[in-house]
Amino acid sequence: MTKTILTVDDSASMRMLLKASLTGSGYHVEAANDGRHGLERMIEVKPDLLITDINMPEMDGFELIEAVRGRPEFKSVPILVLSTEFSDEKKARARTAGATGWITKPFDAQKLEVAIRRVCP
Amino acid sequence: MSDDLDDIQAIFFEECAEGLATAEAGLSAMAAGDVSAGVIAGVFRAVHSIKGGAGAFGHTALTAFAHRFENVLDEVRANRIAPTPGVTRVMLSAFDILSDHCAAAQGTAAVPADAAMLAVLEEVLATGGAPDQTAAAPAPAPEPVPAAPVDEDPFGFQPVAIGGLEDFDLAPSEPAGWTVRFTPSNAAMAHGGEPLLVLRELELLGGQVTAADLSALPPLAELDPEMAYIGWTITLPAEVAEDAITECFDFVAPDSVIEIVRCGGDPAPAPEASAPAPAAEPVVAAAPAAPAASAAPAPVVAAVPSVPAPAAKPATDDAPPPRQADPVAQSIRVELTKLDMLLNLVGELVIRSSILSDRLSPKDQERVELPQLSRLTREIQDTVMSLRAQPIKQAFSRVPRMLRDLSSATGKQVELETFGETTEVDKGVIEKIGDPLTHMIRNAVDHGVELPADRIAAGKPAHGTIRLSAEQRGARIFVRVADDGRGIDRARVRAKAVEKGIIAADAVMTDEEIDQLICAPGFSTAETISNISGRGVGMDVVRSNVEALGGRVEITSMPGKGTVFTMILPLTLAILEGMIVRLAGQRFVLPLANVVETVQPEPGQVKPISTSGEVLELRGNFLPVRRLGNIFGFASNDALPPEESLVIVVESESAGHVGLMVDTIDDRREVVIKSLDQNLHPIRGLGGATILGDGSIALILDIEAMVASSNPRFIPKGLAA
Repeated sequence: MTKTILTVDDSASMRMLLKASLTGSGYHVEAANDGRHGLERMIEVKPDLLITDINMPEMDGFELIEAVRGRPEFKSVPILVLSTEFSDEKKARARTAGATGWITKPFDAQKLEVAIRRVCP
Repeated sequence: MSDDLDDIQAIFFEECAEGLATAEAGLSAMAAGDVSAGVIAGVFRAVHSIKGGAGAFGHTALTAFAHRFENVLDEVRANRIAPTPGVTRVMLSAFDILSDHCAAAQGTAAVPADAAMLAVLEEVLATGGAPDQTAAAPAPAPEPVPAAPVDEDPFGFQPVAIGGLEDFDLAPSEPAGWTVRFTPSNAAMAHGGEPLLVLRELELLGGQVTAADLSALPPLAELDPEMAYIGWTITLPAEVAEDAITECFDFVAPDSVIEIVRCGGDPAPAPEASAPAPAAEPVVAAAPAAPAASAAPAPVVAAVPSVPAPAAKPATDDAPPPRQADPVAQSIRVELTKLDMLLNLVGELVIRSSILSDRLSPKDQERVELPQLSRLTREIQDTVMSLRAQPIKQAFSRVPRMLRDLSSATGKQVELETFGETTEVDKGVIEKIGDPLTHMIRNAVDHGVELPADRIAAGKPAHGTIRLSAEQRGARIFVRVADDGRGIDRARVRAKAVEKGIIAADAVMTDEEIDQLICAPGFSTAETISNISGRGVGMDVVRSNVEALGGRVEITSMPGKGTVFTMILPLTLAILEGMIVRLAGQRFVLPLANVVETVQPEPGQVKPISTSGEVLELRGNFLPVRRLGNIFGFASNDALPPEESLVIVVESESAGHVGLMVDTIDDRREVVIKSLDQNLHPIRGLGGATILGDGSIALILDIEAMVASSNPRFIPKGLAA
């Protein structure tokens, strides 16, 4: 069954790139442009995996992850952070909020797929 | 990958431009003393996004530079480097290089030489505030590790290695084999974790589970399905790279115990993210490894408490403070061609609406509710126009950078003041004023602003000020570049114009006329062509560019006080509200924005004052009156006497109120401007043409050019071929 991935990123090019890349790997991709819409889409599409940016206007990635984890139905959905951030503080914060893993941008399609399979076989 | 990578990349470059504008605005605010967290975070986010996209599209030089720049910004953001004026200056310079890198990535410029800037940034990092490298550094490493310490991660995450920047130069190792012991923590299943996947991944590397520690396994009745009870021992072949193994544990939960031991060696601790650690050492990795634990020589467990995070409970205590809602309006991107098509269609709709109102009697117009339709049409048109409107800030955004470059090239000190940058102008106008604006600024610095010593000698502050402003007046936008420099040297300008054969040696000219000469074709006052202003274009190019937009350039200068260049531009390039006037049987469109009132002169109200001039006496004032017929060279014996004509009083920027004498007024309506330029040379006095409701063509008058054209040189020569 085709798995659905929700990507949340405020950069249109990044969303398109992710979509192109993930669609090529056989996933169905939904997208949202900030945390708030991300949460709405999350509830609508109930994806198998959430990939989110951190630095976003409106609701940022941390807030999104917390909000998602705050809903019982998403308790075990894997969440990957995809960010150019690399600070330990940020990663700890993401982990605390409930992220499953962290991928540092930029990514290439193959690495991304490896990382996804690591949390979402 | 899908086919339209180029399209995505085009969007990325748009985002780059936006990001650069945001970063520059923020850095400028910092330079002006606003070092609030919000401003710094805005700059960081902009540079950060550029880096992210650049990496994705393989712009390695841009990525590398943005990365270093971002490091500094991150330190500033975290208050580890103080945003002193010196640091801010460095960041502004770095911003300039970053812009160049963006341009290079886009293929519009060469890749900038950034080695010096990188070194400066590195120095800021090293000296500015002692970046916290100890937190993640593998403490007792026998050899230095050529990886950026910031990329290492004691919290259970490890960046997936990516092309370029973060590729570790891993020393090859040939150990006999690997033994991995993995005991997931009780939190392993939280946050979407699944320890089984780690085992599967290790198996893919050739690993075999050789032992399972079941000692902690409770009786079935007591078993909590969400807890982890089992530890595994996995052996892997020697040829498996160490980082390949550690990568498998990238996403395992904190508190899990991970030991990676080279067979035959003593286990020694290393941070979890120690892929680049010296290969000759056995490694124990714990997630998360903390510096203290990783430094300890204990052979086995290096687990360190981490922040527990119950899945269902948001961690409020150390959660980030809620981000202030950015006042970013929601938007979608639409191709400009689609907007233009829409605009064109609306133009046709306006024309059709005009034709209907021409053909229907007032009674029929009411019956079919034409007035309502017309109002709707107008609203649609306004809305479509506003879609194309953009703040002029975009055109101004290049200026600060340019001034910095100019300052360093000339040794002149210049401060910039900008006003009215939120004024909205048609996108087409914004795109086309970039070059003229650039040249006006260069001209102001090169020829206007004096060197500091000269300025002090003249009793002025050492630094010059360039005031860049935009304002809307009626249907026109006024963009001004005002400097407080030495003003135009009229004697020199005049001498030059005579020398170049632009004017006769005995020409009688007012000061204003002399000032305008610097816009004359082929005129350049620079004695030696400097590499700033003298790039092969003169102010004449500025003028012709602006006139091509239906605008004008005005120059006013006060010797010793400064010069003001004003570009007067149409607000929109497409639709105009006009008054249809008739003259000698032809119809013309007068822009309604200029019209103040119309007067039917009484006999004697229009008085000749010289052989060529007339004035209109209006409520005790006298206004100059121009006969359109004279301006356009219609036979004067066709002209009606003033009392059978109408005088339309128009307001002009250059000449104040002026009366234009026409035969009669036909109508008032919106017209779609069609350019004449495709078929004819630009004609001074005419702003374009339009198609009227009956299908006939009317020329659109450019009031400013007409009332300013008292000088015979500027009288239109008629329609050129």
